[in-house]
This record gives sequence, structure tokens and C-alpha cells, in this order.
Amino acid sequence: MLGRTLLGLAIALILAFGAFFAWQWRGELAPTSTSAHAFDPGIVTKGAQLAAIGECAVCHTRAGGKSFAGGFPVQTPFGVVYGTNITPDRDTGIGAWSEEAFRRAMREGVARDGTHLYPAFPYDHFTKLTDGDISALYAFLMTRAPVAQANRQPQLDFPLNFRIFAAGWQLLFLTKGPYRNDPSQNATWNRGAYLVEGVGHCGACHTPRNALGAERPKEAFGGGVSEGWDAPALNASSPAPVPWTADQLTAYLKTGFADQHGIASGPMHPVVANLAKASDADVRAIATYVASFIGPRNAADRQRQTEASLAFAKQRAVSVSDLARTTTGVAPADDRSAGGVLFAGACANCHRSGGGLPASRPIALALSTPVNSSDPTNLLRIIADGIHPAPGKSGPIMPGFSGALTDPQIVALADYVRAHYSRGQAWPNIAATLAAIRSNPTPAMEAP
Amino acid sequence: MTVLNVNGKQHEVDADPRTPLLYVLRNDLALNAAKFGCGLGQCGACTVLVDHNPVFSCVTPIAALEGRYIRTVEDLGSTDKPGPVQRAFIEEQAAQCGYCIPGMMMRAQALLEKNAAPSDAQIREAMAPNLCRCGTQMRILRAVHRAAKLMTVELNEPREVKG
Repeated sequence: MLGRTLLGLAIALILAFGAFFAWQWRGELAPTSTSAHAFDPGIVTKGAQLAAIGECAVCHTRAGGKSFAGGFPVQTPFGVVYGTNITPDRDTGIGAWSEEAFRRAMREGVARDGTHLYPAFPYDHFTKLTDGDISALYAFLMTRAPVAQANRQPQLDFPLNFRIFAAGWQLLFLTKGPYRNDPSQNATWNRGAYLVEGVGHCGACHTPRNALGAERPKEAFGGGVSEGWDAPALNASSPAPVPWTADQLTAYLKTGFADQHGIASGPMHPVVANLAKASDADVRAIATYVASFIGPRNAADRQRQTEASLAFAKQRAVSVSDLARTTTGVAPADDRSAGGVLFAGACANCHRSGGGLPASRPIALALSTPVNSSDPTNLLRIIADGIHPAPGKSGPIMPGFSGALTDPQIVALADYVRAHYSRGQAWPNIAATLAAIRSNPTPAMEAP
Repeated sequence: MTVLNVNGKQHEVDADPRTPLLYVLRNDLALNAAKFGCGLGQCGACTVLVDHNPVFSCVTPIAALEGRYIRTVEDLGSTDKPGPVQRAFIEEQAAQCGYCIPGMMMRAQALLEKNAAPSDAQIREAMAPNLCRCGTQMRILRAVHRAAKLMTVELNEPREVKG
């Protein structure tokens, strides 16, 4: 009897696996016979804008490498997946891919040769693109300069290094099909939703993921992680002291600076650098959509929180009330805590009201999201490494303090900044968080 | 009273612990190599070494520096006996107005202590935080390469054996 049950189970398992294997099977699509393509320049321009909103270059370009030639290490909880070469090189890139193969990759996460792609490539978002937009992206990529650069194999933990697991992931978590308009919303909102949920794949960082690495749909935009940075919540639990508005979001995404929120740093820096290439209308649409769910839901609460945050920032502003013995030792005269003393000598000269920086003046720290987040990661990263423009580009500079301050000093400073510039609770875990950051340098630092 | 170890000497400094190191070096210790440029950690003229790392002394309060090892250009050599980085900067005539040069030399020194033969790209990356408004960057770049060679030669020179 038992033998029969076991036999039955075994047969059922074999059949189920057989069915799954048949389901997941994708054939190779024929290579194109030639790399010569003719595309309408208007379509290529449209594709360029979509590629900018999709930040394709970020993950498909290694530090110091040629654009779209791959090699950027995407860190996942399961190992490292390297962005692939998506230049039209026939041997190492996607030069032999037909538009049909490209569309299948975007919609279903399957490469031209039939292998399943790991979801570090966010096809769970790209599946929402229209045929026309996928064609435009294809036209844009196929008109880039081909670069011969071999792909690096993913370094994933056993057994995930078998690609059939990517097929299993797709069975569980991939909902295929283009975005459908919400008829109860206007055209701008729908355009924004299409861009954010689709090519922009904002949720890939800003939505928490489950144990298998899939976004939790019920906690959309509840905050996640990105390259060792905290990706703040964009939903009702947004930590921004002044609730974001569509205007502030538009300024932030378009220029990298919003006067009630500060400048984009960390992994958002390349995002805003790319969005500068998108059309004003599209950035406005993205902002409109995000503004519809970020921060407190009702207008009276938003108003109250805005007024309270601005009043607190004004109250906590550091003025030139105490000149230590030079013109630069500026801090509240009474604060002699270790962190307060460090703040006075290292930070106050720029971070005081009317601070010394002639351009790119920092906003009041009390309005800063990293200072007001429940997690100290981003503030610690900014204190340690500073803020720098991309190589060869201009932009605000904050020096990193890793060499000047010891780790215990950075912890004391972060503790002081939290206590002085946030109404939130003290962070209990600053030292442990800094230790974790030290043991996990950001991948962008990888030498070219 | 704050005790600072500068160039291997202990100094008792009677200054507000919030005071940035630069002012103590120049006003209390008469070590005038580090320069005040912007006072905002943006230009690098004030660069000194703390525990072998280049730091902006204009935004580093002395409260952070007790028990740590501070070095300035005065430690690299003297007018009579310039050290390898100083010799390299003189030989390449890297200074025009010269205001940024002490900071440049300290940052170069920090780089060469970690990397004895840096590539062009590595020098550019390491020196990027320091600004020169005269436009002598190409000479500074050559000077750092030359300093790397001088340091290596110095290491390989036979030492005088006393006895």
C-alpha cells in the first residue's frame, strides 16, 4: 500500500516536473542575418528617452566602461548578477537579436537562445511596456556603437546557478502583459503610472521583496534597498519631513534638487542624471503619479505635517551665535556633547542657516530624508563618503569624513544629528549599521 | 587642553575643541604649510594627513584628533633637504602661484604611500578633490609620477652603515 502511494507520488512528481519543463521550454529564436538596420530617427529619439527613464545604462555599464557594454555587478541576496552587453555587437551583445527576440526578453525574461533570465533584469516591470515602446527601445539600442565585451557569468549560490530556477520564479511571480489605463484617473496620472510601473521600474528598489526576491505587491513602494543604500518608502510611510508634492518631485527628478528635500545622492544620483534627458512632460507625469500616494493621504494632515516640519527646521537652524575662536566654529553655544563638538567643527560652517557655501547651499538638515528615516544607513554613507558629482561633471560636493573622523566619531556625530535635527526616535543601531557598511563597500567603487 | 601629535611631536594646544585643525596649525603651532582656501572642504588647499589619510584640515575639529598621527608638508622635508615629493614638484616646476601645492603634495604623499607606482588614471582619481586655479594640473600629474620614481630610487639606494 505504502509502496503504491510512494510510486503514485513519484509518478505525480515526474509528471509535474515534466509539465513544468515543457511549460518553461523556450526555443532559440533565429539570429538576424545582418546587423544593418534602418530605423526612423524619431523612433530612435523616443527609444533614447525611454532608455533614460529606464536607467538601462546604470546596470548595463560597468564603472569606467563603455555605455551599455555590460559588467555592472548587481548585488542580490542570492549572489551577484552582472548587467549584460546590450550593444549591437553580434558575438557578445545583442546584435544577432531580432526585434521579436528583444520583445520576448522584455515581456517574458527569456534570452534569444531560449535561456531564462534572472529577475535582476526587471522584466516583471518591462512586461508592461507597449509594443511601440519596446520597438523604440530596440531601435535605440541597435543604433548604438557595437562594443565587443564578453558577458560575466552570474555568481549565484547553488542551486540558483541553474537557470531553470529563473523559470520557476517566472511561473510564481511574473504577470505578463502591458499596462492597462485606470479610467478613473487622468491622462497625466496614467502616463506616470505606465512609466513608473513599467520602464522606470521604481519599485525594483523602493518596494520590499519577499524571501524569493520578488516584490511584495501588497507593500508597493514600502521601501527597499539598493546597492547598500536604503531606498526610502514612497507610500504613506514616506520618511520625508515635508510631504512630497508633484512640484517638489518634478524638481528633484529633473534637476536632482528640491528645496524642501535636498539633493539626490547614492543610487538616485544616476537616476536623476538620466531623467534630465527625459521630456519635461514625462517627468511631470512620473511626479504626478508618485505624488498621488506618497506621504499622508488627506490634505489636512499634509498641511499640518508641512507646517510642523518647517517650524521645527526653523527652530533647529544653527546660526552664527557662537564664534568659537575663529570664524568657523559655529554651533549652539551650549552643546558640548562629543557629537555636538564634532558637528560644530566639521559640519556647521556649511550646514548653518545662510551657510558658507556660495552655491549648492545645503537645505536645513531637519528637512533631510536621511536624517529623518528610521534607518541610519544613508546618513552614515553620506557622512563617510560625502557627495560627489559624476566624474567630469559639475554638481554639489560634500567631502567624505571617513579619513578625518574615526568610526566611533562618525557614530557620535550621526547620533547628534539625529537627536538635534529629527523629531524621530534615536537610532539604536548606528554602530552596527556603520560596521555593516564597512564590510560591504558599494559596487560603484569597483575599479574599472 | 588638547594634545596633538603633529609631525611626530606632541603639542598641548589651548584651543576650543571645536576649532578646525587648520587654525591651530597656523595660529598656534606656526606650521604654515597648510593653506586656508575655502574653509568649506571644497578646494583641498588645507589638506594634511591624519593616520596616513588625506583630510581637509579646515573642517576637521581638533576634538577628533587626540591620539592620532597628523602630518603636514613640514614633515616631508626642508628647504635644504626636500623630500622626494617636494623635489619632484620643484623639478617639474609644478607650482605657478603655489597656493594649492602644499595640499597637492600631501595628497600625493598619501597616494604614494599606498601605491608606489600609480597609473595616470589612479593619480587623477586620487588628486581629484584638490583644485588648482592656475591650471598646472598636467605638471602636478608629472610631478606625482616623478615622485613615485624618486621614492622607489630612495628605497633602493644603499644605506650608510654606521659602526
